[in-house]
Amino acid sequence: MTELLKEYLPIVVFLGIAIGVAGLLTLASFVLARQKPDSEKLSAYECGFEAFGDSRGQFDVRFYLVSILFIIFDLEVAFLFPWAITLKETSEFGFWSMVTFLGVLTVGFIYEWKKGALEWE
Amino acid sequence: MVLQALAFYVFAAVAVAAGIMVVTARNPVHSVLFLILAFFNAAGLFVLMGAEFLAMILIIVYVGAVAVLFLFVVMMLDIDFVELRQGFVKYLPVGGLIGIVLLVELFVVVGGWVSLPATKSAIAEPVREGVSNTAALGRLLYTKYVYLFQAAGLILFVAMIGAIVLTLRHREGVKRQKIAQQLKRTRAESVQLVKVKPGEGV
Amino acid sequence: MEGGFWTDFAWPAVLLVIKIVAVIVPVVLAMAWLTYAERKIIAAVQLRKGPNVVGWFGLLQPIADGVKLIFKETVIPSGANKVVFIIAPLMTFVLALVGWAVIPFGTWDGGKLVVSDINVGILYLFAISSLGVYGIIMSGWASNSRYAFLGGLRSAAQMVSYEVSIGFVLITVLLCAGSLNLSEIVLAQKERGLATVLGVPALTFLNWYWLPLLPMFVIFFISALAETNRHPFDLPEAEAELVTGYNVEYSAFTFALFFLGEYMNMILMSAMTSILFLGGWLPPLDVSWLNWIPGPIWLALKISFFLFLFILARAAYPRYRYDQLMRLGWKVFLPLTLVAVVVYAGVLLYAGWLPK
Repeated sequence: MTELLKEYLPIVVFLGIAIGVAGLLTLASFVLARQKPDSEKLSAYECGFEAFGDSRGQFDVRFYLVSILFIIFDLEVAFLFPWAITLKETSEFGFWSMVTFLGVLTVGFIYEWKKGALEWE
Repeated sequence: MVLQALAFYVFAAVAVAAGIMVVTARNPVHSVLFLILAFFNAAGLFVLMGAEFLAMILIIVYVGAVAVLFLFVVMMLDIDFVELRQGFVKYLPVGGLIGIVLLVELFVVVGGWVSLPATKSAIAEPVREGVSNTAALGRLLYTKYVYLFQAAGLILFVAMIGAIVLTLRHREGVKRQKIAQQLKRTRAESVQLVKVKPGEGV
Repeated sequence: MEGGFWTDFAWPAVLLVIKIVAVIVPVVLAMAWLTYAERKIIAAVQLRKGPNVVGWFGLLQPIADGVKLIFKETVIPSGANKVVFIIAPLMTFVLALVGWAVIPFGTWDGGKLVVSDINVGILYLFAISSLGVYGIIMSGWASNSRYAFLGGLRSAAQMVSYEVSIGFVLITVLLCAGSLNLSEIVLAQKERGLATVLGVPALTFLNWYWLPLLPMFVIFFISALAETNRHPFDLPEAEAELVTGYNVEYSAFTFALFFLGEYMNMILMSAMTSILFLGGWLPPLDVSWLNWIPGPIWLALKISFFLFLFILARAAYPRYRYDQLMRLGWKVFLPLTLVAVVVYAGVLLYAGWLPK
């Protein structure tokens, strides 16, 4: 138990040092360089034009579809990790159980392919 | 271990604070970012319990995938969140009811442990030495709990179909690249030599 | 209290910090001179000289670049969401750095040269690479600029698409190695594999997974290109259309952090490829004088090889179109890797080659 945690402590320290380094560098640039902002400098870059309104608007629904499909496949991969390292013990039963699982999802995958959900226009 | 206890309190406190910020933050994008912070601390708590596989999966699936979708939605949809907030009082009874039900359930669980020693056996066993909890999970999930595992597959299948039915709209008049057709083209069917007489054109 | 404050607490802490610094410093230096190497190699490909003014052969160029960036003004656009705007580059940089906590560099006196030897190392790296999307998405949104927003969205969808095939490729490696611990994955490539099956155990490089998993190796490397937003998949930056996309509003060191993060991610991905497919710190032949060369040097050589490929890909290939990129990810890599997982698992199971 503590053996396990002992391996995680360095990650926390590592994270702390990394944040420290990044923060220091940014701060150094703030302190060392001359800061002289003006309204033109601070306006959003739009190839020299005045910015046309707010840039955060509605977007193609396809981006949502991609991220939903990603969640599903990501979960599928998550199920595969424990399976991959215990296949020796679960043996044939485990193998065919996973083939069924993947088979069902492959049907779904074929459906979305045929529907054209993977097409980017 | 002092360090372990300290880590627990830090993770737990930040998780709760981040959870409160999720509901109270004015900007929905900030809400999602606080939600991610809460997930991270929950992952930290999982590691403290020795469930490292769950901790990593929590980060991969929830932070790496689900929260990305949330961010997409709140960043790109033109929802007037100020207007949504005005329904706060209207939804208060329903929300409060759900909160009370959850609280009662928690009391039942914790109270069960205290009053009935027999239920103690339902508490998860600590991970045994020498077996990583990923392997322990793998040994059970695909054999003993095979029906539940297949049910999870079916749920993912339904989710996949549902997502497509709900969000897929084809635009008219879009030219798509058909790679098979491009590769099938031969010189004979696509190039034609025409003798053009001067002054007449094709 | 046995042992007391110094032996139990302070000394291990100091040792830990030294260990971490010993990892961070070479990585950061490697990253700085990677930018130089990139410019030199591309220059050589295009028959130019590349940077050659600062120092001998321009070797001090990265330092000059760094100093210049520190002395620039940090511009935060007035329409930006300030906190998120600052956090985004920090996040990119920190994530690219903390991945190194689990990379094993070799063995020393029977112990492992690694900062933290966790059981689920490969999942940790997978998690880190799936978080990489946040730096970009947050900067794109926080800048409140059209180009940045478009670049951020494109990049997010792209990284997410290739993440899936990377996941499936990892599974095929795990099937062969039988462990989620990165050191054990490397050691599994030392003991068993093709060379042992063929009866020539001295040829260790045949034991490595690049040969039996060759298609997966290629797919992994191409996905790594897409995951790090490198050419030919650098659509998020697409100078011609998006004027470098998500980081268009960034200046001074906030910009530098993005830049450093991108290059550090390249090195991290190369390290991951070396560990999974080229036997990490193992020497290519099991002969005494090659075994004498320490592990970190072998790992560094393998990483350099992949970095060279990264740079060559940039010099050689034109940029993909966005629909082609999505097609490659979802319609080619995903089905291929999905089928490969089942095929490799079946072969390993029925031939009795599964580990342990």
